[in-house]
Amino acid sequence: MSDRSQLISTGEPFKFDQERDTEFERLIKRYPERESMILPALWLTQEQEGWISAEAIAYIADRIGTFASKVFECATFYTMYHLHPMGKYHICVCRTLSCWLRDKQAIVDYLKDEIGIEPGQKSEDGKFSLEEVECLGHCGTAPVVQINGEFHEEMDVEKLKALLAELN
Amino acid sequence: MEVKILSAKFDIEDSHKLEIAKQHGAYATIDKLFAMKPEEVIEEVKNSGLRGRGGAGFPAGVKWGFLPKGTGKPVYLAVNSDESEPATFKDRYILVKDPHMMIEGIIICSYAIGSHDTYIYIRGEYTSQVKALQAAIDEAYEAGYLGKTVAGHDFKLEVTVHRGAGAYVCGEETGLLESIEGKKGQPRAKPPFPAVSGLYGCPTIINNVQSIASLPFILEKGAEAYKAYGTEKSSGTHLFGISGHVEKPGMYELPLGLPLLEVVEKVAGGVWKGRKLKGVIPGGSSTPVLTPEEAKTVTLDYESMAEHKTMFGSGGIVVLDETVDMVKLVENLIYFYHHESCGQCTPCREGLGWMLKIIKKVVRGEGEMSDIDLLSELCDNIEMKTVCVLSAACTMPVRSYLTKFRHEFDAYVSEGASTAAANQE
Ligand SMILES: Cc1cc2nc3c(=O)[nH]c(=O)nc-3n(C[C@H](O)[C@H](O)[C@H](O)COP(=O)(O)O)c2cc1C
Ligand code: SF4
Ligand code: FES
Repeated sequence: MSDRSQLISTGEPFKFDQERDTEFERLIKRYPERESMILPALWLTQEQEGWISAEAIAYIADRIGTFASKVFECATFYTMYHLHPMGKYHICVCRTLSCWLRDKQAIVDYLKDEIGIEPGQKSEDGKFSLEEVECLGHCGTAPVVQINGEFHEEMDVEKLKALLAELN
Repeated sequence: MEVKILSAKFDIEDSHKLEIAKQHGAYATIDKLFAMKPEEVIEEVKNSGLRGRGGAGFPAGVKWGFLPKGTGKPVYLAVNSDESEPATFKDRYILVKDPHMMIEGIIICSYAIGSHDTYIYIRGEYTSQVKALQAAIDEAYEAGYLGKTVAGHDFKLEVTVHRGAGAYVCGEETGLLESIEGKKGQPRAKPPFPAVSGLYGCPTIINNVQSIASLPFILEKGAEAYKAYGTEKSSGTHLFGISGHVEKPGMYELPLGLPLLEVVEKVAGGVWKGRKLKGVIPGGSSTPVLTPEEAKTVTLDYESMAEHKTMFGSGGIVVLDETVDMVKLVENLIYFYHHESCGQCTPCREGLGWMLKIIKKVVRGEGEMSDIDLLSELCDNIEMKTVCVLSAACTMPVRSYLTKFRHEFDAYVSEGASTAAANQE
C-alpha cells in the first residue's frame, strides 16, 4: 500500500502458532539454503496476523538465521506484504490495461464514494481498505476485484453494491 | 477453430483430481518415458518444434541442450507460473483444471535434463490457484508419482511450490531465481545464463507452465503428431487469452497460424457493441500494437508477428475498439512498467519515471510538441541499455503507439486535453 517505509512495533513478542510452525519446518527442508525461507516465512506471518510487524521481522530473521535487513528488504520490495494492519476487508481493484478498457474506474469511483477512502487508505472504522493493483491474471473477465484474496470477476457497480451489502 | 490438446480435460468435472485425470490418460507416458534415454526425450521435444510459451518463444528442447554436462552440481527446474504480463491469463487454467498434466510434464522435463528438484514459482495473487496446485502435488506424492521414486522407477523427484508476493519482474527468469533464493526480485546480468549458473549457482532450466504442460502430449503422441497442429515453424497449439473490447472474451486453445481477425470474429464474437476496430495488441501489453490494416494480414504465429514488426508474446490478445484513447492507454502502460521496475538500472528506474511525467503532462493538456518527440527519444535511450528487458517491454509498445497513432498525441497538444479526449469518443 501507499506507505511502506515504516515498520510498526506491537510491543508484544511475535512467534508462529503451532500450525505455522509445522509448515515452516516442513518447508525449510525443501531448500538447500535457509534464506529461501524469507518469502514463505513472511507469508506465514501475514496469514497468521494479517500484517508484518517489527517484531515479526526480527523473529523471522532469527528463526532463519539471517539479517533482519534482508527480511525487511523483501517485506518492502514485494507489494503484497502489509507493514501495517489492513481493513477487515481488503479490496484490491485491478487498474491495468484490460480492466481499464472495461471501465475499472467506475468501480474505483464507486468504492471511493461509498467507503469514503482513496486507494491506499483504510476506513476509520477499520472495516475496509482499498488498493489499486496491477494485472491480476483474469483479464478475460475484466474488470476484476479481489477481496481478502478472493476473486470477483466481470464486476460492475451493481454487483459491487450487492457484494458490499453482503459484507456489511 | 478451437482444438482440445492442452485443454482436453478442462471441461471434465473434477479433472483436477488424480483419479479423474488418470481415467482420462494422465501419467500414461511415465513408463514410456523411463524406457527412453534422456537424450531421446530431448530429441523428441526438439523435433516437435515446441517453443517457450512464456513470451520469448525460445525452442524448449534447444534450451535444455545448453545444460553443461558433468558439473557435479545438482540441476534445478523452475516452472514459471508468475503469469504477470498484462493481458495474459492462460496458465492458471492449467494449474486449476489440469494440474496433473503439468506435474506429468515436470516429470518428463526433469528426467530429460537430469533434475531431481523442481520449484514452481506462482504469483502471490493466485490464492485459490496455489491451493489447487498444492492439493494436486500432495495427491501425486501420495500416489507415488513424486518423492523417492516416480511410479516405481528409480528416479527421485521433489516438487516445491514457491509463492511470489506481487512483483511483475519476478516473471523474468533471473528475477524469479533471486526471489526463490529469498531476495528482492532484481534480475541478474547475463551471461552467465541460468542453464550454466542459475538457482543457488547451479545449472537451472526455467520454463513456462504451458511449455511444461505441452510435454505429455508430445511424448505420448510423438513430435509429428504435435507438428500436425500449427505452421511449419510455429508448431502446436496455444492457450490464447482474448480480452478487451470483444463480445466473448476468454481463454481459447487454438493451433498456431490462424488469421488474427478471423479469430477475433469467429472465436471471440467480434468487436463488441457493433463498434469499429481501432487496434489489436497481439501478445500481452509489451507487444507493439497492430493497426486494423496490419491486423488484416497477420496470423497467430511467431513468423507472421515478426514480419509485422511485433511479437507473438504470451498469446494475450487485446482488442481495442474505436473509442479507445491511445494517449491514455499509453499512460496506463507506462504507469505499469514504471511501477514494476525493480529499480537497479538508472535508464529503467528514472527513464520510465520521466516518461510517466511527460505522458501525464500531455494527458492534462499541458504538453508541447517537443514532449512527444522527447518520449520517442527516451524510448531509444532506454531500450537495450538495461539488465533485463522489462524496460524494453515498455518502450517497444510505446514507440508503436507513438508512430501509428501520432495524430492522437499531437491532438492533445494542439487542441488541448478536453477536445482531444472528446474526439476519441
Ligand atoms: C519482465 C518480464 C516478465 C516476464 N514474465 C513472465 C511470466 O509471468 N511468465 C512466464 O512464463 N514468463 C515470463 N517472462 C519470460 C521469462 O523470462 C522466460 O523467458 C520464460 O519463463 C521461459 O520459459 P519458456 O521458455 O518456457 O517460455 C517474463 C520476462 C520478462 C522480461
Ligand atoms: S531493466 Fe528495470 S526491471 Fe530490469 S533489471 Fe533493470 S531496473 Fe530492473
Ligand atoms: S488487466 Fe486486470 S486482470 Fe489483467
